[in-house]
Amino acid sequence: MGIIEAKDLVHEYYRRDEEGNVESIETAVDHVNLSVQPGQFISILGHNGSGKSTLAKHINALLLPTEGTLLVDGKDTSVEANELSIRKNAGMVFQNPDNQIIASVVEEDVGFGPENIGVPTEEIWTRVEKALKSVGMWEYRTHSPNRLSGGQKQRVAIAGVMAMEPKCIILDEPTAMLDPDGRKEVIKTAHELNRTKGVTIILITHYMEEVVDSDYVYVMEKGSVVMKGTPREIFSQVDALKQYRLDVPQVTLLADELRKAGMDIPAGILTREELLEALCH
Amino acid sequence: MSLILDHVSYTYSVGSGYEVKALNDVNLKIEDGEFIGIIGHTGSGKSTLVQHLNGLIQATSGTIYYNGADIYDKDYDRKELRTQVGMVFQYPEHQLFETTVFEDVKYGPKNQGLDDKQATLRAFEALQKVKFPEENYDASPFELSGGQKRRAAIAGVIAMKPAVLILDEPTAGLDPKGRDEILGLIREMHDKSGITIILVSHSMEDVANYVDRIIVMEKGAPLFDGAPREVFANYKKLEEIGLAAPQVTYLMHDLYDQGYPVDPQATTVEEAKQEILRVFGNR
Ligand SMILES: Nc1ncnc2c1ncn2[C@@H]1O[C@H](COP(=O)(O)OP(=O)(O)OP(=O)(O)O)[C@@H](O)[C@H]1O
Ligand SMILES: Nc1ncnc2c1ncn2[C@@H]1O[C@H](COP(=O)(O)OP(=O)(O)OP(=O)(O)O)[C@@H](O)[C@H]1O
Ligand SMILES: [Mg+2]
Ligand SMILES: [Mg+2]
Repeated sequence: MGIIEAKDLVHEYYRRDEEGNVESIETAVDHVNLSVQPGQFISILGHNGSGKSTLAKHINALLLPTEGTLLVDGKDTSVEANELSIRKNAGMVFQNPDNQIIASVVEEDVGFGPENIGVPTEEIWTRVEKALKSVGMWEYRTHSPNRLSGGQKQRVAIAGVMAMEPKCIILDEPTAMLDPDGRKEVIKTAHELNRTKGVTIILITHYMEEVVDSDYVYVMEKGSVVMKGTPREIFSQVDALKQYRLDVPQVTLLADELRKAGMDIPAGILTREELLEALCH
Repeated sequence: MSLILDHVSYTYSVGSGYEVKALNDVNLKIEDGEFIGIIGHTGSGKSTLVQHLNGLIQATSGTIYYNGADIYDKDYDRKELRTQVGMVFQYPEHQLFETTVFEDVKYGPKNQGLDDKQATLRAFEALQKVKFPEENYDASPFELSGGQKRRAAIAGVIAMKPAVLILDEPTAGLDPKGRDEILGLIREMHDKSGITIILVSHSMEDVANYVDRIIVMEKGAPLFDGAPREVFANYKKLEEIGLAAPQVTYLMHDLYDQGYPVDPQATTVEEAKQEILRVFGNR
């Protein structure tokens, strides 16, 4: 059994006018089935409004299913008694680093989550130390988060989630606001946590380059999962992806263009090393 | 017609003990009708710089001339300046505040003194240009997906038909097709109406594909200023300051280093493709 099991998951948003009358109903997640094994690194792609964030918010019970079920580590999110244990097991990191910082000192910020779920004080500090070390921000423990770069702020946000020792971390466009360096830092940190601590990672992004090292990629469109496979399987389908408003990494696109122009280059090239190899041999 | 920055410096929180020198003696000239990209790592001063251009932030020292007039002159109409130099903020949440998306987009034109009918037309036109989904025109700006908020914020500014359009990371959070649509729209507005575009971006690929001139900010001042090919030729220096060149530029350098006579300065997929086809022929 997977750590995340979505079965025919549906989420409808009800839009109401000022008097509270329902004006419209929007099906943001439409019968999604998803099974994520512990320790996997999963990415979710999809056009704006395709339902990625709505799906993600179900995984830590910020939203509840309208229909269908979602199990996190075997626990049904729609059962109220499970809420605390689900929040402990699935941590979220959002797009805007500034909206996630609460305290005025880095270590207090990281300690906030565990304190909130009732971890005893002495243990909080050992967890904070471990979390900050695992994202490479231990030297900054006494700094003010407001004076960190965007990439550093996001790593502190990840440490804050880590300190709750979740089995699973959901990153919802964690790099959208970052410069190239910060982007690399955050993706590298996510992979390290996945590799060394076995944390299950769900990454949502609009940057195709960031998902090439995932185990599986899911593509959403209008609330449904329409493609699923390894990055190589997904990115060999350039035309299908474009139809879903997506793209491929720049080198994959270049390789594809060269192949279309008659050069002998294999499909599904994902990195610049692979393209170099294909060109030079 | 131009924007001139004359020895502009800016310090946040002067006298608080937490002073941050965000701009350091910036001298720049932006000509009418240019398409400029501004890049730089986080905290290098990009947002601070562009907020000076429409008078939202006033320089601690130095001055700015818009079409020859000193915008800090006591008789200068800075309210008018703000409608001529339109600004799409880095975080769309900071500029969406009306109860519906449509009202939000109408706000700018109404504020410019247009009557309700004209403002409504402008709002329709702008929302259609940014391909905002029609069924959400009456939604609250807070009930939108991330990319929809971004489109609404952009529509709100282009509805004012500014002469200079500043966009601070307009494509953050947009899906790939949406990035191309918005940048294509901006390019089209530039080409057709001749408006000046200033685009702040963290995407080296987008900047390489769309702008004519890149200004690289570092520690509060321009470090490089030139055409994309010239600027990205300094990719090693760019990496030292937290930036990068587009992915294809690296590939071209790899090929060049292995002895293939390609032009290592190609910055777009199209340029790289032409160069590779030229050198490798039809193997
Ligand atoms: N709070 C809300 N109330 C009503 N509708 C909402 C709300 N949040 C999102 N929606 C709608 O649900 C749909 C899915 O939104 P969601 O935020 O899940 O998309 P997304 O895939 O994360 O998009 P993006 O890439 O733009 O972040 C959209 O059409 C959106 O308008
Ligand atoms: N309101 C403020 N008060 C104090 N310091 C500030 C404020 N806004 C920005 N700063 C500081 O000024 C410097 C320049 O910030 P600015 O926002 O212009 O950078 P940026 O290049 O736009 O960065 P990013 O890529 O993260 O958006 C940074 O050191 C920043 O911390
Ligand atoms: Mg989202
Ligand atoms: Mg900025």
